[in-house]
Amino acid sequence: MALILSEEQQLLKNSVRNFVNSNFPVDQVRQLRDGDDALRYSRQLWQQMAELGWAGIIFPEEYGGLGLGYAELGVVLEELGRSLAAQPFLSTVLLAGNVLLLGGSEEQKQQWLPQICSGEATLALAFQETGRFSPWQVETRAETTKDGFCLNGEKRFVLDGYGAEQLLVLARTSGSAGDKEGLSLFLLAADTPGLSITPLSLLDSRNAALTTFDNVEVQTKHLVGELDQAAIILEPVFDGASAGLNAELLGTLSEAFERTLTYLKTRQQFGALIGSFQALKHRAADMFCEREHAISLTREALRAIDEQRDDAALLVSAAKARTADVANLIGRESVQMFGGIGMTDEEDIGLFMKRARVAEITLGDARYHRQRFASLSAF
Amino acid sequence: MNKPDTLEQFRQQTTDWIAQHYPPQLRPTPGASGEDPRQLKIHEADWLALLAKQGYLAPSWPREYGGAGLSDEQVRVLNQALRKAQVRSPPISAGLSLLGPVLLEHGTPAQKAQHLPKIARNESFWCQGYSEPGAGSDLASLSTRAELEGDEFVVNGQKIWTSHADAADWMFCLVRTDREAPQHEGISFLLIDMSTPGISVAPIRLISGPSAFCQTFFDDVRVPKDNIMGQLGQGWTLAKQLLQHERQALGSIGRGDARRALTLPELAAQEIGINAAGQIADPVLRDQVAQCELDSLALRLTMSRSADEARAGQGSAHIASTLKLYGSELTNRRHELMISLRGADGIGWEGPGFTPAALRTTRQWLRAKGNSIEGGSNEIQRNVIAKRLLELPE
Repeated sequence: MALILSEEQQLLKNSVRNFVNSNFPVDQVRQLRDGDDALRYSRQLWQQMAELGWAGIIFPEEYGGLGLGYAELGVVLEELGRSLAAQPFLSTVLLAGNVLLLGGSEEQKQQWLPQICSGEATLALAFQETGRFSPWQVETRAETTKDGFCLNGEKRFVLDGYGAEQLLVLARTSGSAGDKEGLSLFLLAADTPGLSITPLSLLDSRNAALTTFDNVEVQTKHLVGELDQAAIILEPVFDGASAGLNAELLGTLSEAFERTLTYLKTRQQFGALIGSFQALKHRAADMFCEREHAISLTREALRAIDEQRDDAALLVSAAKARTADVANLIGRESVQMFGGIGMTDEEDIGLFMKRARVAEITLGDARYHRQRFASLSAF
Repeated sequence: MNKPDTLEQFRQQTTDWIAQHYPPQLRPTPGASGEDPRQLKIHEADWLALLAKQGYLAPSWPREYGGAGLSDEQVRVLNQALRKAQVRSPPISAGLSLLGPVLLEHGTPAQKAQHLPKIARNESFWCQGYSEPGAGSDLASLSTRAELEGDEFVVNGQKIWTSHADAADWMFCLVRTDREAPQHEGISFLLIDMSTPGISVAPIRLISGPSAFCQTFFDDVRVPKDNIMGQLGQGWTLAKQLLQHERQALGSIGRGDARRALTLPELAAQEIGINAAGQIADPVLRDQVAQCELDSLALRLTMSRSADEARAGQGSAHIASTLKLYGSELTNRRHELMISLRGADGIGWEGPGFTPAALRTTRQWLRAKGNSIEGGSNEIQRNVIAKRLLELPE
């Protein structure tokens, strides 16, 4: 399969771009940030996107999805990334939805996946406890009771955790923090007694929550996947989610780069367009080269997942490491090239840099993924 | 060879052909060391002759010019089959990869008939006469002049960085044919027989030691008028087209080098050691090695993506500047890392006390400095990207 978009993918890209242009102006980031709703995204627009089939793009048709691949998903996310559109794609589809698809019982899948595809239900995955992405560092405990389990602990950065109907919670059922074994996943309703969800305010103004579990009772039937074996489900889920996040980030950095180029071609100083200065031209050329490589790796990683290749994990980490570095480079350089106006909240360019920073940290930063790439390459 | 109906049939045919024709003596035999190098050279020459006879040295060229007349898809299949069979790869020469494609497009029928079949059979060897001592990055300021006298151009001047000029049969050469015209319009593209009286060649010693580079001097060299390619004064346009082929070739240099010796992770493991987890023991070096390996992967994918784009009629030919820029910087970074991994073993110049591999690291580190200068310096590549791909103002 070639590393360029097929005709169908190009059509999909055009229709997503049209939808994004009419519904997600970049200024929406400020409106959501400065508004009263801690949800920080528009549920109505999510519903509309679901009706177009995009929420179920990677899920099988039997659960209400389109049964397409990650390459198509990447097309959608890249376009959303261009306009900084906040939508519960990563949380509901790529994290929680995929956990259910890969680990859920038939009953759990039947119950939740169609609702995810139709946009009726939003779910969140509560896994992270540490500042750095280190998914097996879990201290939240699920102790066995006579009806099921009792959860105690705290989760940070639960993406779109505020307002989600259901939480999938990663908890330790045996072993100690850092062990890959001994982790289990539980599905619980947001209004379960003992569960508290506090919205966080992040750099990119998106929805994330701090959740605490104070003697939260969960029935055995709400266990997702096998006891103690959650890591087996989560590894491919994190890879798929990182691949999707890369596509979004690629859209974000591309738009920031293109806006900067436009600025270089219109801003005048010393009686000349600033884009005629070689000091800026050469830095723009470097950004262009870097972006070309981010495009290649991101597309190849999505393709490797679709083809279920052995090197998919390696490519995802290579892509995340490179794309995150390029996004930060372009974020820094674009604000610098916009000069004083780039420092103001009124100018959009800073919003791109902020989102890029959050996306880099989410699911492992560049250094984490370089190290993982090294381990997967056996050195 | 029968015309295969489908690509898969063609793949099977070429795979069979390679299996039947590849000299078994060239296959590495386990345990057998000290093969006679002269014998190997003979078998290698046989293999090249077989490839040439089949038209596989210039597979996309028409058969009448010694090619195999293959489509882009078939060329790709052929290359895959050659790689898969792990046979000696066909040579990369200035005639085959640089001049050939431009000659095909712009040569006269007589020029094509005279030169292309010989290039495709690896029988004539070409060098490139572009740079001059006073015209490096600013190539268009070149001053080697060719003045028309009757049916001949009389060439006077000097070229530098003419690789293998001491062994070449022919040179493709940029000369100034009109000193009054605007700089870019006074240049013509000449094909010069290296045995013509008045040509002298002197090899150049580099910071890395002896090299293939030469200086070439022209003293009243008489070249037939018909040896001009393209129109009088049109040389710059052809020159630029040819440079794109060169940039593509230079961007891929790092790949070839990396495959012969120890890989970077292997070298790091050898020099630094590994910890209990099987990782390169120094985390900072491990991170740098990972960055290099990851960037090589990115470059390979970008090359294959730009080939996909070219086939689909998308993208720009100027993307070659991106590949050259990134590829040469990566090669430099890789060699910087290799020489620092070698420590004091990386400072030997020659002779006893150092392993051949360590001495090679040192020389390659020095030679790699040229990668970001030759074929248009990386600063020139950034100018090209800014102008042609980003359309930034002058």
